[in-house]
Amino acid sequence: MNNISVYLEIEDGIVADVSLELLTKGRSLANKLTCKLEAIAIGFKLDGIGAQVFPYGVDVLTLADDKRLFPYTSLPHTSILVKLYKEDKPQIALMGATSIGRDLGPRVSSALFSGLTADCTSLEIGDHEDKKAGKTYKNLLYQIRPAFGGNIVATIINPDQRPQMATVREGVMKKEVLDKNYKGETKTLDVAKYVSDSDFVVSVIERHMEKSKVNIKGAPIVISGGYGIGSRENFELLFNFASIIGAEVGASRAAVDAGFADHERQIGQTGVTVRPKLYIACGISGQIQHIAGMQESSMIIAINNDPSAPINAIADYIITGNVEDVIPKMIKYYKKNTK
Amino acid sequence: MCIVPFPKFVASEIVNRKYKLMYNYMGLKIVVLAKQVPDTRNVGKDAMKADGTVNRAALSAIFNPEDLNALEQALRLKDKYEGSTVSILTMGPGRAAEIIRESMYRGADDGYLLTDRAFAGSDTLATSYALSCAIKNFPKVDLIICGRQAIDGDTAQVGPQVAEKLGMPQITYAEEILSCSKDKITVKRRLEKGVELVEGKLPMVVTVNGSAPECRPRNAKLVMKFKRAKTVSEKQESSQDYINLFDTCPYLNITEWSVNDIKADADWLGLKGSPTKVKEIESVVFQTKESKRLTPDDFDMESLMRELISNHTIG
Ligand SMILES: Cc1cc2nc3c(=O)[nH]c(=O)nc-3n(C[C@H](O)[C@H](O)[C@H](O)COP(=O)(O)OP(=O)(O)OC[C@H]3O[C@@H](n4cnc5c(N)ncnc54)[C@H](O)[C@@H]3O)c2cc1C
Repeated sequence: MNNISVYLEIEDGIVADVSLELLTKGRSLANKLTCKLEAIAIGFKLDGIGAQVFPYGVDVLTLADDKRLFPYTSLPHTSILVKLYKEDKPQIALMGATSIGRDLGPRVSSALFSGLTADCTSLEIGDHEDKKAGKTYKNLLYQIRPAFGGNIVATIINPDQRPQMATVREGVMKKEVLDKNYKGETKTLDVAKYVSDSDFVVSVIERHMEKSKVNIKGAPIVISGGYGIGSRENFELLFNFASIIGAEVGASRAAVDAGFADHERQIGQTGVTVRPKLYIACGISGQIQHIAGMQESSMIIAINNDPSAPINAIADYIITGNVEDVIPKMIKYYKKNTK
Repeated sequence: MCIVPFPKFVASEIVNRKYKLMYNYMGLKIVVLAKQVPDTRNVGKDAMKADGTVNRAALSAIFNPEDLNALEQALRLKDKYEGSTVSILTMGPGRAAEIIRESMYRGADDGYLLTDRAFAGSDTLATSYALSCAIKNFPKVDLIICGRQAIDGDTAQVGPQVAEKLGMPQITYAEEILSCSKDKITVKRRLEKGVELVEGKLPMVVTVNGSAPECRPRNAKLVMKFKRAKTVSEKQESSQDYINLFDTCPYLNITEWSVNDIKADADWLGLKGSPTKVKEIESVVFQTKESKRLTPDDFDMESLMRELISNHTIG
């Protein structure tokens, strides 16, 4: 009753990292609230899912296994979640801020009139006092995300509606096995009771899923370029430096929006979260949405021609100068001293 | 072309109606949802109000980029299927009429501005409710196209929520609407990790990705035709000189709708109709590290690289 529910994203029978990260977070929230952690798997051939998710501390795994449920389409997955949430009344429902979660979450929240907060960077439990209404709410989900306009963070709550829904990007939460022998119960749904034929009006005729070519998340060094890089051509300088020192190239949203770099390289709240041992921010001002995705880097070097750029506050080394002057020198002296 | 005002329907009648496509007879009726957004690249200190909502007045406003991609998809369908029309629907303050004119300059037929104090403070769900009520004001809609997300929130929630409120299916992340014939629509989707080709039936809500083709530029003839297009409020503010122009050229009228015009229930709008509340807004003060300041000169650069190499951060 009033548990925490995590929607599992599954491709080729494998549960996505973002879902496992959410299970880890969900487990710690469930401990605080002394409730159960539930996982919902909707798809086809789900036999192997239990073994993958129970070690993360799942108490109840619900399976909706039907040929028509893979690949994902919006309506049948929505119908199942909406009916399940109405029956089980979870207090919190989490999903990944992925192509699927961002298609499914809003539709489910609309059907249930429950609020949904996208791209949270932190989730906590806390109370809320509504002084006007003279009401106190205990143990709400604080959905924390950067707010737009200056370096500010907003705490969003859903005082009255359930479930409290939130999406989180991959890499924001850490995934951690709780106990490899943890055992929960498995429930199998009678899918026909949860979907209707009219849910299948959209069909997938072709599908090509690719493993991402860039692996920014796993790179030990990330060199990121911002709007200050100035052009796609100038980004070549960063790629060049990266290939010499074995790094990956990242970008700010302003650089992505300007077409200097591809979206899959975007670092930040609405991009990838990285924790490399070295992060070099080149021509990036350091807005909260960017910092949210890189502040846990072990060492940060900021290269910016503005001596008071906000990024400097979190940098270990502040190089005040032009990127186009600094990087060639870093390359030169790297080569000279590694010979 | 003149715009014949659409007959008004009682909301409940429209809720019950099945949207039927009469493709061969009338072409497609397309509604594009667009938003005027603050230019998030140029935000100042006074960008937020005390209640945690964005102070739009303090920011320069632009056409939300992905809504322009959506408009282009709509205009391509209009080019392809004779008799089709494209209407722009936007919710926002009076000045949001700017993006309606901008759409007309590129080929949209008419525009609707949803504006009312009661909408202020709406979260995505209350916004979607208002937009869905407005869409029900149209006698027939085959296709609703909007941008995947707006740059001031990046939530990507409004498209799917409008679809749900209208009881329509949705295709998100569209890169190209390949065809839209009779009652079938075929769309190429660009997902974070791949591409998909999907097929569905009309009516449908489609949200368009930034990877879709850019919007065509303004057309000089259309700029001439529509540059004086105005909402009622704008007409009242402007000089009286050419006020009868709007009778002789009814296409210059941008329809303005209030809460009453769309028969929306005020309980579902604004802060009241928004299940999510902003509890608090905090300025982030970064824990300033003990940082070393360096110049780009050779001495500093060489010692930095030596240090990074010797402590095995690099190499
Ligand atoms: C909902 C939402 C989500 C967002 N998500 C993200 C996200 O995930 N990731 C993200 O990065 N942003 C995100 N943003 C945008 C973010 O708020 C900032 O606008 C963005 O990070 C700014 O990018 P920037 O630092 O590259 O550009 P700018 O702020 O324009 O900074 C450019 C910097 O380059 C410096 N510079 C210029 N020329 C040179 C030179 N020759 N050499 C050295 N330095 C130079 C300038 O001094 C300046 O500091 C989001 C915004 C919103 C509203």
